Amino acid sequence: MRVSERIYKGIAASEGIVLGPAFLFQPVDLKIPIRAAAPIEQELKRFEEACKSAGQELDALKSDVTRRADEGTAAIFEAHQLMVADPMLADSVRSHLEAGDTIETAVQAASQELTTMLASMDNALFAAREADMRDVGRRLLRILLGIPDTSADGLKQPAIIVAQDLTPSDTTKFRPDLVLGFCTATGGLTSHVAILARTLGLPAVVGLGEEALSHIPDSSSLILDGTRGELVADPKASTVKRYEAMKQKAAARMESIRAFINKEAVTADGHRVEIGANIGDANSAGEAVRYGAEGVGLLRTEFLYLQNTTPPSEEQQMDAYRRVLEAMGDRPVIIRTLDIGGDKPPAYLKFDKELNPFLGWRAIRICLDDRELFKTQLRAILRAAAGHRALLMYPMISSVEELRAANALLADARKELESAGFPFGSNLPVGIMVETPAAAMLADPLIRECDFFSLGTNDLTQYTLAVDRTNERVAPLFQPLHPAVLMLIKRTIEAAHQQGKWVGMCGELAGMQKAIPILLGLGLDEFSMAPRSIPEAKWLVSRFKIARAREIAEQALNLPTAGEIEELMTGILNEARSESKK
Amino acid sequence: MQEISIIVHNKVGLHARPAALFVQIAMAHQSGITVIKGEKTGNAKSILSILALGVNQDDKITIRADGPDEAGALEKLAKLVAEDFGECG
Repeated sequence: MRVSERIYKGIAASEGIVLGPAFLFQPVDLKIPIRAAAPIEQELKRFEEACKSAGQELDALKSDVTRRADEGTAAIFEAHQLMVADPMLADSVRSHLEAGDTIETAVQAASQELTTMLASMDNALFAAREADMRDVGRRLLRILLGIPDTSADGLKQPAIIVAQDLTPSDTTKFRPDLVLGFCTATGGLTSHVAILARTLGLPAVVGLGEEALSHIPDSSSLILDGTRGELVADPKASTVKRYEAMKQKAAARMESIRAFINKEAVTADGHRVEIGANIGDANSAGEAVRYGAEGVGLLRTEFLYLQNTTPPSEEQQMDAYRRVLEAMGDRPVIIRTLDIGGDKPPAYLKFDKELNPFLGWRAIRICLDDRELFKTQLRAILRAAAGHRALLMYPMISSVEELRAANALLADARKELESAGFPFGSNLPVGIMVETPAAAMLADPLIRECDFFSLGTNDLTQYTLAVDRTNERVAPLFQPLHPAVLMLIKRTIEAAHQQGKWVGMCGELAGMQKAIPILLGLGLDEFSMAPRSIPEAKWLVSRFKIARAREIAEQALNLPTAGEIEELMTGILNEARSESKK
Repeated sequence: MQEISIIVHNKVGLHARPAALFVQIAMAHQSGITVIKGEKTGNAKSILSILALGVNQDDKITIRADGPDEAGALEKLAKLVAEDFGECG
């Protein structure tokens, strides 16, 4: 049957156009039908078959991730296999069958019991295994119910991921080489999937709404336009042709911008700034270099912590950081210490239910409480820094005490390495993220006790404007070009420059075309962004004289609303673009 | 029947990867193998049972094997523990 073309509007979260089949990602609903139990032998036979299928699924997953050299994940699947075959599980299932349960109910009850047993252990690390047991229980139950695996593991061919929402742990489960793009029902410009998509350079449209998603069957043909925020389902041949043409045009534009990849970021009159990349691992370091990054302005370390079910060891971390440092050669790399919270908790940290995780136990607050966890990371960073240009920065600082406490632990870590006789980077510069209004207001005392600032504009915007950046309903209020945010940025830069120190920015704003001239004019020294945005940013910087940028900044900061600032900048950008065509 | 007592030195105890390796080696042997920590006893061929023992760093465990390949089983398991599970975490 020919299905007619449908167009859905969402938020353009990450540029690019891609055509491909839909992969519907949904946590499977495992509803157990009510039925009378068959004789125990029959029920048990089904259990054995389900265990066999689960073992095969896990084998396939294991070989997939092993091929990707992701040993941490392979080990998880291996543990799952042992759980599937575990005599304790079999015993418990059998006793439920003997009590008259069906195999589905028995498996559910047995895995629930074992999950509870693990969860109730005193040691948080052991308790965290409950997640594995729950996963195994769900896998067996799903197989018993004859439901195909539509979770991330089911992605077997290149496809556009269609989901209600995607958490960071969901997204790490996809094979990166098979993901063509993302579209989600919920979310805004700064939801995690949006940021991830920009980092990976994949198109994404978010906030499409529930309604749209309910009309997209698995494998249906899609066009995802992350530049305009559109999703076309079952496109007509003429639509496909039109998009193919647009894709080509975008590629051509990229070609002319590409000339800037290996140039320095210099204004028309020779004012030099640095343009770096935001990355999460060594693979993207290679990408950063390819797009002309002059350094890494933000190396996220969360992925190391979220990928595994145990905290990464000092050696594991050191290796990971060193791989990035080596890939970047003699370019500087700013390593940000752990920045997680209750919105994306790793399995081994016990979080209480938080009403507002963004104002809760997160980032530096966790690190200052769990000193061993933090010091392990600090030692790993210090050791990796030996012989490389590494810098260290702490996230979410909101007081001078926090900076002092973190620095005290850093001094401890140094001493420990010294007495253990390990080589480490002794002159590592230490900075902080300015991402709370408190840090911006305290810029002067803070910069006296550290070496540099990096503005984290996503959180700075969220905290300044009191707008939850994951809440769709208030998404229009999330305005990084809001005058209040720009004023805090200005204040931060001025305070640092007064002390002869430099300021970078690793938030989304640094790569935003409309913001770059303003930031240049405010005196920002380093811009760090998704690797793919770098060539165009360098081009844009080259279009302005520094005096003109200062004028633009002043003009923008005198406007009372984000809307007027946007309007001003749209005009200025159009001018810059048309001038370059002449 | 033979047994051996040993202290677990690696950082996370008998947890995650170490527990998995331990169980895999136990499963490769015919002998019945149990692990004893304090008053608790676990089946060395069950990862859930091993996890439930909650063996932490510096805990003392006793491994007991009973069967045709008991000596070899104990030797291999003790070696794994003594070598900190190949520092696998």
